[in-house]
Amino acid sequence: MLEILEKREVAPNIHEMIIHAPDVAAKAQPGQFVIVMAEEIGERIPLTIADYDAKKGTVTLVLMKVGLTSTKLSRMNEGDSLYALIGPLGHASETGNLGTVVLVAGGVGTAPVYPIAKLLHEQGNKVITIQGSRTKDLLFWVDRLEAVSDEHIVTTDDGTFGRKAMVTEPLKEVLEREPVACVWVIGPAIMMKFCALTTKPFGVKTMASLNTIMIDGTGMCGGCRCTVGGETKFTCCDGPEFDAHQIDWDSVMKRQRIYRCEEQCSMDRYVAQAGLGK
Amino acid sequence: MKKIQDIQPTRTPMREQDPKVRAHNFKEVPLGYSPEEARCEAARCLNCPKPLCVTGCPVNVRIPEFIACVDRGDFAEAARVIKKTNALPAVCGRVCPQENQCESKCVLGKKLEPVAIGRLERFVADYEREHDLTEIPEKAPANGKKIAVIGSGPAGLTVAGDMILKGYDVTVYEAFHKAGGVLMYGIPEFRLPKAIVQNEVEYLRRLGVKFALNQVGGRSVDIHELLTDKGFSAVFLGVGAGLPSFMAIPGTDLGGVYSANEYLTRSNLMKAYLFPEYDTPIVRGQHVCVVGGGNVAMDAARTALRLGAETVKIVYRRSRVELPARAEEVHHAEQEGVEFLMLASPVSLQGDENGMLQTVTCERMELGEPDASGRRRPVAIPGSEFTFACDLMIFAVGTGANPLVTKSVEGLALNRRGYIEADENGRTSLPGVWAGGDIVTGAATVIQAMGAGRKAAADMDAVLSR
Repeated sequence: MLEILEKREVAPNIHEMIIHAPDVAAKAQPGQFVIVMAEEIGERIPLTIADYDAKKGTVTLVLMKVGLTSTKLSRMNEGDSLYALIGPLGHASETGNLGTVVLVAGGVGTAPVYPIAKLLHEQGNKVITIQGSRTKDLLFWVDRLEAVSDEHIVTTDDGTFGRKAMVTEPLKEVLEREPVACVWVIGPAIMMKFCALTTKPFGVKTMASLNTIMIDGTGMCGGCRCTVGGETKFTCCDGPEFDAHQIDWDSVMKRQRIYRCEEQCSMDRYVAQAGLGK
Repeated sequence: MKKIQDIQPTRTPMREQDPKVRAHNFKEVPLGYSPEEARCEAARCLNCPKPLCVTGCPVNVRIPEFIACVDRGDFAEAARVIKKTNALPAVCGRVCPQENQCESKCVLGKKLEPVAIGRLERFVADYEREHDLTEIPEKAPANGKKIAVIGSGPAGLTVAGDMILKGYDVTVYEAFHKAGGVLMYGIPEFRLPKAIVQNEVEYLRRLGVKFALNQVGGRSVDIHELLTDKGFSAVFLGVGAGLPSFMAIPGTDLGGVYSANEYLTRSNLMKAYLFPEYDTPIVRGQHVCVVGGGNVAMDAARTALRLGAETVKIVYRRSRVELPARAEEVHHAEQEGVEFLMLASPVSLQGDENGMLQTVTCERMELGEPDASGRRRPVAIPGSEFTFACDLMIFAVGTGANPLVTKSVEGLALNRRGYIEADENGRTSLPGVWAGGDIVTGAATVIQAMGAGRKAAADMDAVLSR
């Protein structure tokens, strides 16, 4: 159980892992997340499910090496087993036959966007995906996303692939061009905030999937709290998707930085111990 | 019968770590009895023919019987007697509020100090563990019926321990990566060492109880599916409380502001007090406020001291006499240097440009007329605000019902506050589903949850044996 069956680096420092977790795979739905522990002394971190296969009993996760836990996970190999994988948690995305939908994926947000786009495509929607990245090398799953999209737009900040633009530019153009029933945005908080600002004047329902600090993931600790429409919500059991126009983004971004000093401390320690060097 | 004048009037004291030393470590505060001290205390018991102490115990431990064993030095037999009705004596001996239960009924208490039943229970359990005397009691023959227990806290562990002895095939589902529920994530190491909890869990495992860790009731575990496809005859829901409350004041989303659940879970379950040996971080405040006056507030305050705080204040909106925490916990906290800011309540929290807490503004309260609970209602004094430095604030102001299980089980009746409706035997509105502990009563004590588990197990067995 929890064995890493396949692992590949889909872009520099971005790893895709297929994990044997039949219980989770059997119940997973697009939009839900899992909590992962690399080892017994490790942290519990939430990761949105990137894909799943109930028949094979597998769950796919994509993670970017940013902090201690993602570094530890990315150094695990095929045949190794995770210490813990808990889920599926949170609510599934509210999909259905809605009409035209736009899904905006920023950076590693491509991974959780994929199963939602796939389902919406199967449900007969006109699926427009906008995939943004800093540069060409960091793009991954372009073909997978394209395969479940009626229209697929790629942007890079530096113009090395697709259009040289922020994701908000094509997003605005699509909204000006045709009526859209719902927009999903998943990526860095700052990108989701600007997507929300872009869609707001159009009055289009916009859902953002939050990736907050979390411990239990079951509504017990409140570490994942955020302010939505002036009310305190718990990302783990009320979310992870919320109305992007109602989210207090500045608070979300500040809460992501609470442990920046501690994270640096444990990362430096790990790098020294593991002999990773710079 | 012993004569009262022959009895040592005061309880045999239990040695404790020096407050100045212990305020900086996570080792247990009381050090336990030696066999001689235990026998000396046991000799105080009158061995009443109609023992009232037993009626004060939610799981009816045969108290005079086990104390008589201690008195004559047969500690192994004492352990056997206790374990007939209590699978978790090492836990109960430490965290039960005995002063309101068994010890409050002790006849000696009328004239002298009551027998230190809790300390004796702890001694017996520790002696058994340390001397490797743990025995596997005789189990009823397997009856082929499967029982699922959701949640491995005190209620769930009690149900599991009772049902396995009655011959059922028991599986306990736990959402966390360690079994024990609140005993693992909530109660600090210095009050209840985690190795002791794991030892009690291991005992149940040796009895044959299966533990399925990392399984979340209402998410990865579907209650209806258990009762149908998975072939379980009954389910016990002991998922505990959840959803921590924060006060509706500005600034609660600042860094350095925690619910007691989060703060204690980081420190206890995730071992953030050992950071960076363990990966989970925790904000180490210099000037700490804990809002609330219950046992959880005391646990959080004492943890903050041990994590290096210069000042730790309990901020409570009523006065000292209304503090709901056990007197012993308040006493321990005070000895260690926790300050008590009574009749005060926070009105706003202020942070720096990085979103980290810096100061808190409180207002003074006074006590008005009694409210529905019979306690005098705290009323704010206008214009009494005052602000002081605070870089870590922990809200220990209660919890609501966790919605994961309750909202996902179709047909399960809930009360107005969202807790599960269950009768005195733990029966819910759904056939085959029992519930007990905090998810029924709201936040209560370990032993009350165990008492509920005990009743539910007895009723479950009666129904399933028909």
